[in-house]
Amino acid sequence: MSVSPAELQALDIGADPAIAALEVYHLRAGYGRVEVLHGVNLVLPRGSVLALLGPNGAGKTTLLNCASGILRPTSGCVHIAGLHVNDVAPDAFARAGVCSIPEGRGVFPNLTVNENLRVFSHAGNIPYGLVQERAFTRFPRLKDRGGQMAATLSGGERQMLSMSRAFVAEPAVMLLDEISMGLAPLIVAELYDLVGQLAADGIAILLVEQFATLALKVADYAAVMRQGRIDIVGDPDEVADHLSGAYLGEMR
Amino acid sequence: MPYVVVGIILGCLYALTACGLVVTYQTSGIFNFAHGAIGMFMAFTYWQLSGGWGLPWPVALLLVLLVLAPLLGAAIERLAIRPLYGASLGVTLAVTLGLLLFLLGLADAIWKPTITRRLPEILPGHQVKLFGVVVTYYEILVLVISVAAAAGLRLLFTRTRAGITMRAVVDDRDLTSRSGANPARSAQLSWALGASIAALASILIAPLQNFDQFNLTILVITGYAAAVVGRLKHLPLTVAGAMALGLLQSFAVGKLPNRWLSDVAPVLPMALLFGALVVLRPARLEAVRLKLGRDRQTMGVRPSMVLAVAFVLGSWVVGQMLSPGNLLTFGHGIVLGIVMLSLVLLTGYGGQVALCQMTFAGFGAYFMGKYGGSGGSLFGLAGAVLFPAAAGTLLALLVLRLRGIYLALSTLAFAYAMESLFFNHQLGYGGSLRVSRFVAHSQRAFLVEVSIVFALVALAVLAIKRGAFGRRLSAMNDSSIACVSLGMDVTGTKVAAFTIAAGIAGLGGAMYGGWQGIVGPNDFAMLTSLLLLLTLAVAGINVVLGATFAALYLAIAPIIERHTLANFTYLTVGLGSILLGRFPDGVAGGLSTAADRVRSLRRRENRRLDSVVAGDAVTAGFGEEVDVVGLAR
Repeated sequence: MSVSPAELQALDIGADPAIAALEVYHLRAGYGRVEVLHGVNLVLPRGSVLALLGPNGAGKTTLLNCASGILRPTSGCVHIAGLHVNDVAPDAFARAGVCSIPEGRGVFPNLTVNENLRVFSHAGNIPYGLVQERAFTRFPRLKDRGGQMAATLSGGERQMLSMSRAFVAEPAVMLLDEISMGLAPLIVAELYDLVGQLAADGIAILLVEQFATLALKVADYAAVMRQGRIDIVGDPDEVADHLSGAYLGEMR
Repeated sequence: MPYVVVGIILGCLYALTACGLVVTYQTSGIFNFAHGAIGMFMAFTYWQLSGGWGLPWPVALLLVLLVLAPLLGAAIERLAIRPLYGASLGVTLAVTLGLLLFLLGLADAIWKPTITRRLPEILPGHQVKLFGVVVTYYEILVLVISVAAAAGLRLLFTRTRAGITMRAVVDDRDLTSRSGANPARSAQLSWALGASIAALASILIAPLQNFDQFNLTILVITGYAAAVVGRLKHLPLTVAGAMALGLLQSFAVGKLPNRWLSDVAPVLPMALLFGALVVLRPARLEAVRLKLGRDRQTMGVRPSMVLAVAFVLGSWVVGQMLSPGNLLTFGHGIVLGIVMLSLVLLTGYGGQVALCQMTFAGFGAYFMGKYGGSGGSLFGLAGAVLFPAAAGTLLALLVLRLRGIYLALSTLAFAYAMESLFFNHQLGYGGSLRVSRFVAHSQRAFLVEVSIVFALVALAVLAIKRGAFGRRLSAMNDSSIACVSLGMDVTGTKVAAFTIAAGIAGLGGAMYGGWQGIVGPNDFAMLTSLLLLLTLAVAGINVVLGATFAALYLAIAPIIERHTLANFTYLTVGLGSILLGRFPDGVAGGLSTAADRVRSLRRRENRRLDSVVAGDAVTAGFGEEVDVVGLAR
């Protein structure tokens, strides 16, 4: 049974502690004739951080695209707060409280910082003034850049701008794809502090990351994906022990 | 001083048009060639409501601007533009050009051009003296509306969430939906708005111009020039460009000596566009996906020979059967087919969108007519190839850096400028030039000759495709950046492609002239070039078979048109081009996909049979899986 966008919007994703924020079952998806996900099962409990690790081409981004409505699965199901949402449009996902930040391009390059925030404000039901206030309180550096094109921001500032969606939309689920890509270690550490705070506020976070150690530090659970399937799920420590094998292709 | 006033008013109108263009480009990423056609259609609707059915003009005006035009824009977005998301630039070009042709054909069919129409005058007779110049209230109204519209649009785009979201959609469609906005709805809104602005501009400019379909559609070209000055995104620069163009035009018309005027005035907008494009060089070497349709396997030597012979024999048989009137129409299509073969090479293989092939054909016909003698000498024929080829080289050098829409625009400008500068001048308005035939003299014999020429050129184009030059053309079409980084001479390839294509078109033109016997300036109109490109795109632009289908269609459609409805050809070709958004491979591509499917089905049958014979269930299962993949293509 599928839900209408309106139903999804009316839903308070974080409400029922017994129901997982995001679940995917037997998920198959791909691009054209190429199938990327060959039946993925994964559960993201409410208010927890799940680190999704794995080598390039494992299908991590594809999984995130399915979980944010950008890519329609060929079979299997995506549940958000227990509701089947396979056919729901991505903008309805966003308005319902799923905030997905794609890898390396979470901002509109030809819009100014303020205009970016203006577009982000579609997701939440709060006035633009408050949107600005929240974003600038968390990232004071963005305030000075208000009228500047996002394309001219530094990599770190750009990532801050894209992360500011977490504050303007008040999401219940965040899907983060490689937020550390190409950034200086200091900025990465700052961003991960932020992820920790968001998790402490009770937001469920699915974190895709190549730097395993970083992600495992903030995660409650970890999963390793390889060739379109989930290989290992468990505590971060457990998973860490198996990691090199998963990346280098050694069989357990 | 009066020139300044006229210039400013003209500039305002151009600015309004250009702003509408920029709006749709900025908010949907698609350059709307049909902008003028939408405005024209709405201006005629306005005439129908007010002049035709007698509604008071303010009611009619508001009805058009606030209800009908937005509805038309939204409908166009829903039916023609939405399938274009992710399509190549070539397809988006074909779709909006097709829309232009379709609306033009439709308006022409609904409102017969034989009747003279006038729009109701707004504020007639009122005028005031400002700085010693008489200014009508209407002119003041135009000024106020244009300034208000430009300012309003700027506010919309920079201050309102709806406007900013429209720009966001062009920047990153996925991210817009991830942010909670519906990109399709946003694009629809922007097309509704664009259509409304187009209607406003057309209605305001109509009283100052001839009120006919083609004229209003083509007026937008000065708007193109202004939009190019603003690099298709900057509204204040666009307005400034439009003002400069308006002033320039008004001073040119006012100050130039009369004997130049009749030549210069009509081409001025085109010349301005061409100048703006070439001087400003807006497009760098960009990685644009320009492909129209998928690459197809080139036909082998033997099957193409067989088809060529079959084509010649077939047209001989058809030629024997047709009545003289239908024979004339039929041969007309085949001759145009030769010109379309040049587009297969240039646009289909090389990805260079050219809207001026009939101009080159005209050069060919001109040379044949002037220097071919009464018997159709070989010298005339050779010149008919070489003279256009030289012109093609020249044009290629001028537009060397332009790609995609800019290239299409500049060739369009070239075609239109040549129409009035060269053809009207050399052949005279409504004048004519007698063109003789090479070798064959009777109509039926000449049809066979034309078919032979078509078949030979088709074989030559195929041979080029199989050779090294063909590979270079395809590589250039795929990615000119990759070509440059590999050390390939992209410039030389492009110039050569233009030259060869112009030569082929010139040959086609000589044949065209011979077929008609007499040619005039109308034979080589820009609109015909457009029709050829679109017919070919619908038939399949990247295969020679597509040109064959297109030629046969243009041979038969006018015969159907005579018996059914007016503008049948324009309407069907326009509609077909609009559908390219859904079926980008065209008819020939679709057929070849279908053939692949049949082949794969047959292979599956065979394999199943084999496995049954071998009694090997595993092979059967495997075979099936492979073929399911094949079918999904």
